[in-house]
Amino acid sequence: MMVRAFFAALCLMCLPAAAAEEQVVLGLSQDRVAITANFDGSEILIFGAIKREAPIPEGPPVEVIVALAGPSEPITVRRKARRLGIWVNTDSVLVDLAPSFYAVATSAPFDDIITDTEDLRYRISIERAIRSVGAAMNIQGAQDFAEAVVRIRESEDLYSIRENTVAVDEQTLFRTSVAMPADLTEGDYVARIFLTRGGEVVSRYETTIDVRKVGLERFLYTMSREQPVWYGLMSLVIAIVAGWGASTAFRLLREK
Amino acid sequence: MQIYLPIAEVSVNAFLLLGLGGMVGILSGMFGVGGGFLMTPLLFFIGIPPAVAVATEANQIVASSFSGVLAHLRRKTVDLKMGTVLLVGGLIGAAVGVVIFNYLKSLGQVDLLVTLCYVVFLGVIGSLMFVESLRALRRVKKGTGGPAKRRQRGWVHSLPLKMRFRTSGLYISVIPPVVVGLCVGILSAIMGVGGGFIMVPAMIYLLGMPTKVVVGTSLFQIIFVTAFTTMLHATTNYTVDIVLAVLLLVGGVIGAQIGTVIGARMPAEQLRVLLAALVLVVCGKLALDLLLEPSELYSLGASGGH
Repeated sequence: MMVRAFFAALCLMCLPAAAAEEQVVLGLSQDRVAITANFDGSEILIFGAIKREAPIPEGPPVEVIVALAGPSEPITVRRKARRLGIWVNTDSVLVDLAPSFYAVATSAPFDDIITDTEDLRYRISIERAIRSVGAAMNIQGAQDFAEAVVRIRESEDLYSIRENTVAVDEQTLFRTSVAMPADLTEGDYVARIFLTRGGEVVSRYETTIDVRKVGLERFLYTMSREQPVWYGLMSLVIAIVAGWGASTAFRLLREK
Repeated sequence: MQIYLPIAEVSVNAFLLLGLGGMVGILSGMFGVGGGFLMTPLLFFIGIPPAVAVATEANQIVASSFSGVLAHLRRKTVDLKMGTVLLVGGLIGAAVGVVIFNYLKSLGQVDLLVTLCYVVFLGVIGSLMFVESLRALRRVKKGTGGPAKRRQRGWVHSLPLKMRFRTSGLYISVIPPVVVGLCVGILSAIMGVGGGFIMVPAMIYLLGMPTKVVVGTSLFQIIFVTAFTTMLHATTNYTVDIVLAVLLLVGGVIGAQIGTVIGARMPAEQLRVLLAALVLVVCGKLALDLLLEPSELYSLGASGGH
């Protein structure tokens, strides 16, 4: 018994390839999210099974962490200060790696199922997933800016950690659902699934979910970026026709 | 019903937008104002990014002024020559305004610029209107008749480059109208307004134009200047949201028709006190946002890249 547990632990420690003993087989309720005109958020069901060649290893049970990250883009964080009696933006810091959306779902309290070292290596927790460089030296507390990103996005439900929301059955099947808010940035969303035992990551799996504006939304957005002149002219014409049409229609209606 | 705005990249309730458009439309119909100066701050309040609000509002003003211009052209109450002179100034002003707007945007100060402009202009106009209309109310009560007819013949008439404006019956220098147009153009680009609330008093009191051609001529200038502003914002900032514009517009046009009917049934002086109070309330709200310590000192913005 002891020997086997020791052997398993040894395997895990020496070669991450031992992870191959337990593999994730994943299912997604959808691998595309279409942002249409009446899009008001989406819920993605992430489920899967843990495939093993050998019997379930002894020791602490397997735990599952699912991290879903939106496309990262650099953002400018500005801080206000009082100048001449009014509040104005004074300092700014570029946070160069901040996902537009980040949700972590776990099968147990986060700190219990993964060590800090492993978190650091895989950048799983919210604090680790965003990073700021390029903060000017003359700005006090550049770290505050990175924290502000987390705070603001958490309040907008863009960043969240949802502990105990992954259900694991018989150490083999797991499922969770991640709600995505209505104001999504489009791009490739990366879903990462980590299996941990005793705080160590034993296996991981990565897949992407495509979030795209489609139809009219896609058309207008692309046109406004690629043919701004035509887009501008089209906007004017549509607006004039709509305004003139509505007022004429209303006048005719009233004259009747 | 939530609707996702493709350019603003936010999801808002379509009926809220129609309602806002309708409400501002009713007010603009009642008071005979464009309503841009009310709509743009309201769009800030519901969470539309200021850059998108300003650019989209310009687009909406073109459309909502269009049928007005047609009506005035039919009644021949547009001074085309004066309108063109104002327009030349307006186009230059709009270009200058967009350059200032984009420069401050790159500094991260565009929200401040827009809000400050609103606080100053709404504050000044609101107070002037309030005082003016209270006085008018008192006069009506005393029954001393209307205000004395004013016709200034001051320094405006001693400037060079004189030109004859037949429709307005004026022979004045082109410098004052160009400058008036220029100022309105800058405001239009920065604040997302037509600028009628500045231009109409300037045309009456500064240029001495007859009241009957003032509204048509200012609409004529506004339609071209805001169209130009829309194009500038669309090509440099990509911030014109056509879905937002159309929703506001449909609500606005219907609201304006209702407002006209209500306006015709209410006494003009009381209407003006109401409008003045409304302008001051919006101004006060914006000013408080600047003066009070915000609950969140930090804000996020896309890194412009330039």
